[in-house]
Amino acid sequence: MGDLFNLFINSVFIGNILLAYFLGMCSFIAVSKNIETATGLGFAVIFVLTVTSPVNWIIYHTLLGPGALSWAGFGDMDLSFLKFITFIAVIAALVQALEMIIDKYSPLLYASLGVFLPLIAVNCAILGTSLFMVERNYTFIESIIFGAGSGTGWMLAIVSMAAIRKKIKYADVPKGLDGFGITMIVAGLMAMTFMMFSGITL
Amino acid sequence: MSQENTNYLEIVTKGIWKENPVAYQVLGICSALAVTVKMSTAIVMGIALTLVTAFSGLLISSLRKRIPSNIRIIAELAIIASMVIVIDQVLKAFFYDISKQLSIFVGLIITNCIVLGRAEAFALANKPLASFFDGIGNGLGYSLVLVSVAFLRELLGSGKFFGFTIIPQAAYDIGYQNMGLMVLAPGAFFIIGLLVWLKNSLPGISKEER
Repeated sequence: MGDLFNLFINSVFIGNILLAYFLGMCSFIAVSKNIETATGLGFAVIFVLTVTSPVNWIIYHTLLGPGALSWAGFGDMDLSFLKFITFIAVIAALVQALEMIIDKYSPLLYASLGVFLPLIAVNCAILGTSLFMVERNYTFIESIIFGAGSGTGWMLAIVSMAAIRKKIKYADVPKGLDGFGITMIVAGLMAMTFMMFSGITL
Repeated sequence: MSQENTNYLEIVTKGIWKENPVAYQVLGICSALAVTVKMSTAIVMGIALTLVTAFSGLLISSLRKRIPSNIRIIAELAIIASMVIVIDQVLKAFFYDISKQLSIFVGLIITNCIVLGRAEAFALANKPLASFFDGIGNGLGYSLVLVSVAFLRELLGSGKFFGFTIIPQAAYDIGYQNMGLMVLAPGAFFIIGLLVWLKNSLPGISKEER
């Protein structure tokens, strides 16, 4: 249990998927102009990551990995080179399915998350989390925790960035640095503060 | 014929400098940064992305009349993903060490906004050969940013260039120190920010909108 909690904290802060591995930058820059939309996208990312990471774990370990097909009598088969195309297809399909399910059963949630779901399908953070999950040999439970933790870390980063950018509007930024440049510098400072958490073990 | 050639040249140079994808279209920075601790990984990543953008542009453009527009994203992703699988297998077979260092970031070329962005914005509306050169131009522009970030990070962070130490020992003896921050993630953010500042201050380039 303690290990799982550690993994969660680690994926939220020290191994923050955005600030330490630079995943999901496109939407981070584009959507962090407004706090409400940033929060909405953040929740959508947590949601999608917590679902896709374990689903991709199951698919990788029953169909693609080395020796994973032994239940079907193909013990020496290694289809792991297909993981890129499989994961991206699974993510796109899941996002589409989630969108339809949410639309059907919770119109309220759909109204706030709906517009962001299609954007997420091509967010590198989602594919990156699945690939990290394979690379680091997580177990099934760990893959759920890792997905949720990465999503939480991403949301924390984008919401604080949106808040900072709101304040920056009133600041006197040098002309050439205004806009994209200052956003990157602020992201650098945020990455430094998130790294302060390294060394924490619970 | 020479007229045609100059046009292709223009397409290529446009991607490299005038409309450089990383700095101006704010695309594809995702994977640009994690592999920039060293020059060698950055260059391999740049080559891989250039090839994927160029060949997926070529393929998507030659299929552009066959792909139904409502499933075009899926079709584009499938083509791009196949290209990436080929590149990944080639790297694993011939450059195993570098492929290990690039780890998941080769796979992330699939979700790189530049590749999909060029496919959507250029390849779907232009002839195959033009799309191919557009891909090369944008890929090279991306590599330019990647390699300059890697150059600064490797030089300042570990005093090396392509793995060879170039800061003389004498400098360390009188108190010069490597800048540890550059090897870590924040260093990449700062360098990108400063590069954008530098580029915005140079004349003759359209300014970024706020």
